[in-house]
Amino acid sequence: MSALATEATILPNRPGLTGRISDFLWKHPYVLLAVLLGPPVLWLGIIYLGSLFALLLQSFFSIDDFSGLINYEFTLATYKQLLSDANFDIIVRTVLMAATVTLFSALIAFPIAYYAARYAKGKWKAVFYLGVMLPLWSSYLVKIYAWKLILAKEGILTWAFTKLNLLWLLDGWLALPIIGGNSLSVSYTGTFLVFVYVWMPFMILPIQAALERVPGNLIEASSDLGGTPQQTFRHVLFPLALPGIVAGSIFTFSLTLGDYIIPQIVGSSRLFIGQAVYAQQGTAGNIPLAAAFTVVPIVIMGLYLWMAKRMGAFDAL
Amino acid sequence: MTAAVLFENVSRHFGPVKAVDAVDLEVAAGEFFAMLGPSGSGKTTCLRLMAGFEQPTHGHIEIFGETAEGVPPYRRSVNTVFQDYALFPHLSILDNVAYGLMVKGVGKEERRKAAEDALAMVKLPGYGTRKPGQLSGGQRQRVALARALVNKPKVLLLDEPLGALDLKLREQMQEELKSLQKSLGITFVFVTHDQGEALSMADRIAVFNDGRIQQLGTPEDIYKRPQTRFVADFVGSSNVLSSATCAKLGIPSAAASLRPEAITIGTSWAEQLSLPGKVTARSFLGAVNRVSVDCNGEKIIVTSPAAMPVPDIGADVQLAFSRNDLHLMEEA
Amino acid sequence: MRSDRSTSAPLGLKIAAIGGLAFLHIPILLIFLYAFTTEEKSYQFPPPGLTLQWFAVTWNRPDVWEALTLSVKVATIATAIALVLGTFCAAAVSQTRFFGRETISLLVILPIALPGIITGIALRSAFSMADIPFSFWTIVLGHATFCIVVVYNNAVARFRRVSGSLIEASMDLGADGFQTFRHVILPNIGTALLAGGMLAFALSFDEVIVTTFTGGQQSTLPIWMLEELIRPRQRPVTNVVAMVVMLVTFLPILAAYYLTRDGDQIAGAGK
Repeated sequence: MSALATEATILPNRPGLTGRISDFLWKHPYVLLAVLLGPPVLWLGIIYLGSLFALLLQSFFSIDDFSGLINYEFTLATYKQLLSDANFDIIVRTVLMAATVTLFSALIAFPIAYYAARYAKGKWKAVFYLGVMLPLWSSYLVKIYAWKLILAKEGILTWAFTKLNLLWLLDGWLALPIIGGNSLSVSYTGTFLVFVYVWMPFMILPIQAALERVPGNLIEASSDLGGTPQQTFRHVLFPLALPGIVAGSIFTFSLTLGDYIIPQIVGSSRLFIGQAVYAQQGTAGNIPLAAAFTVVPIVIMGLYLWMAKRMGAFDAL
Repeated sequence: MTAAVLFENVSRHFGPVKAVDAVDLEVAAGEFFAMLGPSGSGKTTCLRLMAGFEQPTHGHIEIFGETAEGVPPYRRSVNTVFQDYALFPHLSILDNVAYGLMVKGVGKEERRKAAEDALAMVKLPGYGTRKPGQLSGGQRQRVALARALVNKPKVLLLDEPLGALDLKLREQMQEELKSLQKSLGITFVFVTHDQGEALSMADRIAVFNDGRIQQLGTPEDIYKRPQTRFVADFVGSSNVLSSATCAKLGIPSAAASLRPEAITIGTSWAEQLSLPGKVTARSFLGAVNRVSVDCNGEKIIVTSPAAMPVPDIGADVQLAFSRNDLHLMEEA
Repeated sequence: MRSDRSTSAPLGLKIAAIGGLAFLHIPILLIFLYAFTTEEKSYQFPPPGLTLQWFAVTWNRPDVWEALTLSVKVATIATAIALVLGTFCAAAVSQTRFFGRETISLLVILPIALPGIITGIALRSAFSMADIPFSFWTIVLGHATFCIVVVYNNAVARFRRVSGSLIEASMDLGADGFQTFRHVILPNIGTALLAGGMLAFALSFDEVIVTTFTGGQQSTLPIWMLEELIRPRQRPVTNVVAMVVMLVTFLPILAAYYLTRDGDQIAGAGK
């Protein structure tokens, strides 16, 4: 240790470049902060927010009907066009679909989350966690493809209904107006099933997180006070899980609102917002209208997030 | 002789909060120095100013005569034992202890030997291969001590070092720290909110409140002669007599402190002062009885040896004490 | 104390939970089954026969290989960028206090919080306004933007667990900023970064919506899949590719899970 027994109390400056940089950054912590924050903020601020604002700006321009060129003058004409009957139908259809998908996702997700949070222990906890994480992270397109296999006329679903002698039920369902169709893969029912399948895992995790924060003795306290399991669920568990459900619904709602690939592959020919955006910017070349369409999910999600925040949903994220 | 640590009019402000407010302080070399105060009193910020984690907003700091402002922690020959020990969870105990030597470029064999010696010094020989998570709180505390001492610091800072330990372990560590400091001759500065710890370990104590030093002195000074009401209240539990009571005793003063054990109940000798009062409460504390006496609206606590008879509640009594035990204070 | 009651679930709940998990997994199992089917023209169930021949056919398809290489390249570079930017951002947000921290968190999360189509079309119109031709790099740019958040989330969670006093302890013992980074910060956040990187890779490898807007003539594997889904040309090859994509994304996810799980134990033991 003798080599270390320096007499100086304040050691000299570190030699070399790293020593000098280190000293400089220590003396100027704001430089360090700027070095750390600069690249990500510039990247997201310029590339991402810049593009986003440029897009939103375009929704205030209009397209010249004859030349097909963009007329760079401020106008609300595009928004008027957005609210025309045909386009408004698209918006209503998408919002209804997103709401239904969210509702059913919550119904299916709740038991899984509840079981995983309160009953699964040790190995089963890991099984449940991975059992949700793997489908959540695995390929989006392959998941849609799997449903194309399932919903096809010659696929497993028809086969199962035939084996169970329930084919009449399936045919009856498909004969219903609006939700029916020629086959499941070209009906709203099909679109709905795929949406629920693909986005439901996003609902499970926040509910599970919220339920895991409910102390076990709270539930025992409720039973001790004479609460039946149903009462305990309604008055204790459900209110405490609600922020988790709202947090999950942010995902399912937002993801459904903006998706254009699922309804394109499984569904009828009637458009959803995402498809309308895609069609307007692509084949129609009407960037202003496409931009105006993208404003719709942004506004809806903004309202939704505002309400969710008031319900305390962000603590469950 | 140069002071180990010197604060000249040092302040550290966090926005509008004056965590440390114009503190003057001198820690002598080789001293065991305690900074005592409630949480938020500025004692920990003072320690962090010494370590270099904080920089003073105003004022001047010297460590062994060398200017310390603007010097980063890694260039100070000052080491810290952290309140939560801050052992590196990913390193073995030996690597934890050898860390300071490693970053200074000491050879592998040499630092291993030094670390083992340091572990032996804190009575943990052979623990080197374990991970911090496998040790008890008391053992981690010793590792933190070894990790700091292996660097042979000029000043060792200890931030509530015994706060997380249970009572028995704490008493044992108090003695060990004290003897370690004596044998090494290193200046120790430690922060605590426990007055008993400060009184039993320190050579001198600085009592902090609201970012200022209320009183600086030997444990005996602080205990027997508190200069402010805060010190009297915080260090032990002195009675503080109001100016009216002082006047009644014929002593012109804003306030005066009087320790409970300096008062006797009943007979007073000629040269003693006395106050009449009425007993309002009494409790048996083992070695002593604790009696509350109401003297004209002022509550005075008396502790008397258990062998002495205790008057009943409601009895009229005379409190007697020597003039020498009454310490005048400048402020009320 | 847990009562015995809470260790066994009501039967109805058990069925609903296991049924829900089955709903999540049966479609994925079907993908594995269909990769071996002998049926070429339709999605017939049950498969009339099983074969390995389509693996060989897929192996010899240059378009699949090109798409796969492109996807791997894009995912690798996007992950590298996201790792640097996400870690920097996480370090700044969790290690220092400054005005506007919440805004930064929001900014990072926005690219995946908003529907992918918005990110995609915004980037596309910005590229065309700035006269940037669509290329490999425009795809990377888009992917890196939404991958940052994955790395950021993992790193922030870990930084939160690495107590601030560890960094002070290192400095106190004589380590300068670089030494502290190398010997204390990196070993403690390493597994979290690796996990974040894995997830970012999986996210980029699988991304299709933003890619359709930011890619030019190049097609990544998901774009290739999408074309097959809209206009099926050779179903058996698609079946095999689907299975391979599933496996390729499974591995990083499993690895990320085990990395962060062990990390939790290390961090937990340090407490």
